[in-house]
Amino acid sequence: MPAVTETLDTVQSVTQSGYKWGFETDIEMDLAPKGLNEDIIRLISERKREPAWLLEWRLQAYAAWLKMEEPHWARVDHPKIDYQDLHYYAAPKKKPGPRSLDEVDPELLRTYEKLGIPLKERAILAGVDPGEAEEAARTPVAVDAVFDSVSVATTFRETLRKAGVIFCPISEAVHDYPDLVRQYLGTVVPVADNFYAALNSAVFTDGSFVFIPKGVRCPMELSTYFRINARSTGQFERTLIIAEEGSYVSYLEGCTAPMRDENQLHAAVVELVALDDAQIKYSTVQNWYPGDAEGRGGIYNFVTKRGACRGARSKISWTQVETGSAITWKYPSCVLQGEDSVGEFYSVAVTNNHQQADTGTKMIHLGRGSRSTIVSKGISAGHSNNTYRGLVRIAPQAAGARNFTQCDSLLIGDQCGAHTVPYIESRNRTAKVEHEATTSKIAEDQLFYCRQRGLTEEDAVGLIVNGFCKDVLKELPMEFAVEAQKLLAVSLEGSVG
Amino acid sequence: MTAPLPSGAAGFLARYAALRDVLPGDPALRDAAADAFRTGGFPGATRGRRSEAWKYTSLRPLADLRFQSQLGDASLLADDAITALLARVPTLDAPRIVFVDGAYHAELSTPPAWFARFAEQPDFGTLTWPDREPLVALNTMLAADGALLHVPEDTDAGVVELVHVSTDGAAAHPRHCIRLGANARLTVLDVAIGSGSYLHNPVTEVHVGAGATLTHARLQDEAPGAFHLATTYAGIAGDATYDSFTLTLGGRVARNEVHTLLAAPRATAHLNGAQLLTGSQHADFTSVVRHEAPSCVSRQTVKNVLNDHARGVFQGRIEVARVAQKTDGYQMNQALLLSPDAEIDSKPELEIFADDVKCSHGATVGELDVEQLFYLRSRGIPDAEARAILVRAFLAEALDAVTQETVRAALEASVERWWERQAA
Amino acid sequence: MLEIRGLAASINDKPILKGIDLTVPEGEIHAIMGPNGSGKSTLAYVLSGREEFDVTGGTASFNGADLLAMEPEERAAAGVFLAFQAPIELPGVNNANFLRTALNAIRRARGESELDAVQFLKLARAEAKRLAMPEDMLKRNVNVGFSGGEKKRNEVLQMAILRPKLAILDETDSGLDIDALKIVADGVNALRAPDFSALVITHHQRLLDHLVPDRVHVLAHGRIIRSGGPELARELEKSGYAQVVAEAA
Repeated sequence: MPAVTETLDTVQSVTQSGYKWGFETDIEMDLAPKGLNEDIIRLISERKREPAWLLEWRLQAYAAWLKMEEPHWARVDHPKIDYQDLHYYAAPKKKPGPRSLDEVDPELLRTYEKLGIPLKERAILAGVDPGEAEEAARTPVAVDAVFDSVSVATTFRETLRKAGVIFCPISEAVHDYPDLVRQYLGTVVPVADNFYAALNSAVFTDGSFVFIPKGVRCPMELSTYFRINARSTGQFERTLIIAEEGSYVSYLEGCTAPMRDENQLHAAVVELVALDDAQIKYSTVQNWYPGDAEGRGGIYNFVTKRGACRGARSKISWTQVETGSAITWKYPSCVLQGEDSVGEFYSVAVTNNHQQADTGTKMIHLGRGSRSTIVSKGISAGHSNNTYRGLVRIAPQAAGARNFTQCDSLLIGDQCGAHTVPYIESRNRTAKVEHEATTSKIAEDQLFYCRQRGLTEEDAVGLIVNGFCKDVLKELPMEFAVEAQKLLAVSLEGSVG
Repeated sequence: MTAPLPSGAAGFLARYAALRDVLPGDPALRDAAADAFRTGGFPGATRGRRSEAWKYTSLRPLADLRFQSQLGDASLLADDAITALLARVPTLDAPRIVFVDGAYHAELSTPPAWFARFAEQPDFGTLTWPDREPLVALNTMLAADGALLHVPEDTDAGVVELVHVSTDGAAAHPRHCIRLGANARLTVLDVAIGSGSYLHNPVTEVHVGAGATLTHARLQDEAPGAFHLATTYAGIAGDATYDSFTLTLGGRVARNEVHTLLAAPRATAHLNGAQLLTGSQHADFTSVVRHEAPSCVSRQTVKNVLNDHARGVFQGRIEVARVAQKTDGYQMNQALLLSPDAEIDSKPELEIFADDVKCSHGATVGELDVEQLFYLRSRGIPDAEARAILVRAFLAEALDAVTQETVRAALEASVERWWERQAA
Repeated sequence: MLEIRGLAASINDKPILKGIDLTVPEGEIHAIMGPNGSGKSTLAYVLSGREEFDVTGGTASFNGADLLAMEPEERAAAGVFLAFQAPIELPGVNNANFLRTALNAIRRARGESELDAVQFLKLARAEAKRLAMPEDMLKRNVNVGFSGGEKKRNEVLQMAILRPKLAILDETDSGLDIDALKIVADGVNALRAPDFSALVITHHQRLLDHLVPDRVHVLAHGRIIRSGGPELARELEKSGYAQVVAEAA
């Protein structure tokens, strides 16, 4: 049998075996009525007992959103979204913010179990210190688990507090650290930045807040698991991370979602602020439900992520492994304001079946001597379309700025598409920008070579794809790298052409 | 000659209304184009409308200008000024076809036997998209004349010079068509010159027949006040080669837009070019190479040398259709920024729908290599001279792509004159 | 024991092998020699299961199992190893990781326990040392940026680690200097055992000075036209292929 036919069969069998993490959790939900208007926004704000300034801020965003149009420049295609047919608030009925595990709904804990959250982290969730029995080298991970819109469990808060690190749901930060939130919220992604960001600003319900004070190296990796669970509930997280002078934090974000038929909208906003000499490393493994083999269902992932390197020598590094979602519209960006500041974007985006990904980054060079690196690896299989879209802009004042961009596409099968759309704009002659892009496929002779050495076709594809993505995967924290490698293999099993 | 018309799109539409009945060719095509132009207008001229194809080039300054209406016998314009301008055109010892302000000029021309005029045999071709390209719509609406170069199969037609001269205040929309029969060969040196402030808006349709080779060199040496907006559509048959090079030196706002269709197996397209810009010149090189058949090859290297406040734009897209397996596509855009106020905007794009392809693109932007410069200076060469050597080397590399030797020599001579003008 | 009977194969409907009969008993090394385009590499590919080639007739069995019915990886697990004439580059794939994955896949298929990273590295380092290969070769990506000689040595290293029952060397000697040639020959000689056999495909006789075959076969126009002892290789070197081919015709 020729390899191609085999492939298609295997893809089918893999897809039929289904989305491993597809299940629903049956927890009673507190739902706001469908639709979006000022009253709903007031309701969200009231439920969260927000100060007046935040309500005002939301209403401004809403007013801006009403005047905006959905962006249509991306290479994605979907039926029109009826924004009045969504619930904008959902919360578990139990009172928000349990402080101990006993207060957490047992159903929820089982959900984490099914999600495959590593044992170690479940132990952390259960409040057990991993201790000596674990591998000595392992650093503890603090998990702020977001279940739908409300954070229900936060761990390791005490250790972090001792270090002066604040890591909590943003809804709590609004109450506990109002000045900090007010000072930074919306300063990186303004309320009217784009259609989805404006929507998020109007209706966000929760997300993470991280503050690393001056000179502090965050003693652990911070990690959040997002889940989308309630039917027809838009998910609008809002994350804000502030790294003061000389501080360092590594933040991990990962997610899976339950299988369902309806498309679900997700429009998160993530804002990062790095002051002088601060470093923020933000890593994502995104594995939301991609829809079935025919392209039914799946998450619409319309995310605005942006970091401001405000301080001299500050550094923001985005690493993402995107395997899920029916549609990904996402451009984690860096505004390099500080002198000698550094922005990085490392991305692996995998699309299979009918998935569509339009993802990339923007590196806006404003500071003298600012540097950026972009490494993007796109892998398309099935009937999917995978687009890298990126902007490198050198402002006139950014003397000595540097950018290097490498975009590689790998096509698996002849029914998919791989596209590269870079924008390079330079207004400073002392700046140097280099861009390279290639397109290739997995060569028959590479597959044969591996199989001759005893590897199965699927193992061979996994090996070659992981090799293709190596430059990105090595940027991930260790525990994520392993998960990401597995995800890549699972996402592409058998899809050889 | 008539009185000045209203400015902008309205002026051109008014001119069309006046000339509709005397223009050659199918009026239905022109009417449709007029509708498209009325809807689209000049890119960038209407507030609130942004087209991705015109992201970096706005024709707003053009929309504010008024142009003379000229139609008829260009021979009336034969005066010393035109003769003086023609002195700048490289002499190739080849047949020469001269148009002045969009109309054929018989006295100045020495055409080959297979030359015909659009005014006499109007041929709008089959490849253009007036509904998508506002300038093609404008041209289709108002085209009055142009060169039809039809080389019969198995004929080596040598070299021909196609010269367009513009005069102050004119708006010209020549419509050219180059057709090569199977296994034919032709080299065209397409030169655009002029003086004053004017619009030169040519549309050229190219058909390269099976196994044929067209070398299409363009020397854009327009006046500093010119709007040069050239659009070319090339259809390339199996085993045929379209080898083009565009040297952009002149114009206030210039755009060289090329759409190439590789329509049958083993077709080849070269879309190379160099843009040398100073003052506040703006030049845009926009190209789309569409691979519609297997085993085709496309190659593109475009170099920009930008001084003063000049702005260079490169937009290049390689499209590979599902059927176009074994495509070999390469694209490189390089820019040298020589002054603090120069700007480059580059958008090299790949759109790939076939898996067994070899496609890559690259872009580099920066100033001269500091180490090379130091090396030259350490050998005793003064800074300014060392810089000139490196810029010349950068350009020489671009011109290497022109394989037809007489044409390359002509382009090199033009670059040399450009240097002299810079020094003056 | 490798038994080939009437093996015929074509690519894109063009016949390359036109009825090969060949038996390689356990423990023996056979050389296949022949002019360019005679079908030597095709034979190697068909025996190892490359899908571009259509087997149009005949049989090939290895230790009683029908080789032609097996997937490439099943043949590898059964002990067939092909040293490629032009080893393939795998960008981003670490050589040691690749080898360990392959070795464990084969061990799994044979019902043996898998080696962990530490056990494997110990083995790999020892073999690399024995083959006078720099250790950093294990850390580099598979064949990426390797010189021609390094690639060939890497093939021999893989062979030493995977310990095949039948090694097919497809012009492994081409492009090697005399020292590298000796390393390749020593690598194969070290594997010599009563249950190991090898098919050495070569254009020249010089490899066979170091790797003395039990039998030499001459392949031309898709058929074996002559077989003999090691002396046949020397005869070919002296008189050239043309004469032998002409005699057989």
